[in-house]
Amino acid sequence: MSADEQLRVSKIPEGTVIDHITGGQAMHVLSILGIEGGDGDTVSIVMNAPSDRLGTKDIVKVEDRELSQAELDVLSLIAPAATINIIREFEVVEKHRVNRPDEVVGVLSCPNPNCITTEDEPVESRFDVLEDGVRCQYCETIVRDDIAELID
Amino acid sequence: MRHDHIISAKQLSRGDIEEVLDRAAEIDADQSAFGDRHPGALLGLLFFEPSTRTKMSFTAAIKRLGGDVVDMGPVEYSSVEKGESLADTVRVVEGYADALVLRHPSEGSATMASEFVDVPLINGGDGAGQHPTQTLLDLYTVRENAGLDDLTIGIMGDLKYGRTVHSMAHALTNFDARQHFISPESLKIPRNVRYDLHEEGATIQEHTELEPILDSLDVLYVTRIQKERFPDESEYREVAGEYRIDAGTLERADEDLTVLHPLPRVDEISHDVDGTSHAQFFPQAHNGVPVRMALLDLLLGGETA
Repeated sequence: MSADEQLRVSKIPEGTVIDHITGGQAMHVLSILGIEGGDGDTVSIVMNAPSDRLGTKDIVKVEDRELSQAELDVLSLIAPAATINIIREFEVVEKHRVNRPDEVVGVLSCPNPNCITTEDEPVESRFDVLEDGVRCQYCETIVRDDIAELID
Repeated sequence: MRHDHIISAKQLSRGDIEEVLDRAAEIDADQSAFGDRHPGALLGLLFFEPSTRTKMSFTAAIKRLGGDVVDMGPVEYSSVEKGESLADTVRVVEGYADALVLRHPSEGSATMASEFVDVPLINGGDGAGQHPTQTLLDLYTVRENAGLDDLTIGIMGDLKYGRTVHSMAHALTNFDARQHFISPESLKIPRNVRYDLHEEGATIQEHTELEPILDSLDVLYVTRIQKERFPDESEYREVAGEYRIDAGTLERADEDLTVLHPLPRVDEISHDVDGTSHAQFFPQAHNGVPVRMALLDLLLGGETA
């Protein structure tokens, strides 16, 4: 099968393509990025496409938006192999990987039901990113597995 | 003391701890000399959970420094009942006081509250999180009885939900201490505390029985299995009572063993222990006043005694 035949969604003129997302995580990626479809962005999603490197991968294409590195680094928690392609006039003008950030703010909700951030207080959740998980900066709960389930 | 707020034992260095304990020793030697240290200073008390020792000893401490308290009183008579957030409550009360003590049932409450105030905020216990001022008085008592270096300490009981245990374990990493944790499987120290102890390179061992290590201990720190921390009563009943000591138990211990307990106890230390030379838990509770005086003195800007 040629590369063209594998191209299930057409090229986009302007925007961001997030490739090599861990298979099945595309919806979480959109959720992290706050893309819900209500603001009129054209968004294409491919899920569980065959990948030499990952077995299966998801791809998300967001037209007319160039997502910042900081926005995209959060994706490293659920899609560490993701690659980011910035597209202008149908050409890839920038290509980079996601880096693990030191902390993530306002993205995850603490799984500890007794954590102050789960109450009606004017604070955003804040998690330190550890080598193998995340840690609530308020109640100090450590989460290693199923981080995607903490996405608000 | 370079800290604005006292939230967790993790923030305290050996130097910080020794500064407080040394000041407490000076106060213990001549408490009356500190009676005019902070005339008119007001300590705001925000207790969202019941407390006897922490609240009364902080009250005694500020009064013995020449100050006084302003007390929110029970939650049911406060604006909290009307739905006021903790963030709002502390922002209001900081205008009434020079420092605040907060006890709250949610983990992380003191960290969050400290982000909203400029006056020093002291964590008087946040859920199953931390209780750093208890740790300071515990360390003071350990230092008086056994010394803080070359120490072998057993910490027994509810290690999962016991906030005094979490604070104590962190603080002991500043000293040459071997820590033995004795608890039922279901109440072992939580993952986040174990993670920090590991990061600090602490020497720890976990056990389900006291007997095999009892005679090696300099200090045995007993804690209550806290009923209110359990999701259901059957789980509580299953483990409560398995970790009791009495005078007979202690016959197999070193004669210099010091037995401590943050109190209140239910029945984990039998009353027949009270009359033995091991029992130091009432002096420990009394140390809450000089140690909290020392901490307040340092936080409120007491430079030299």
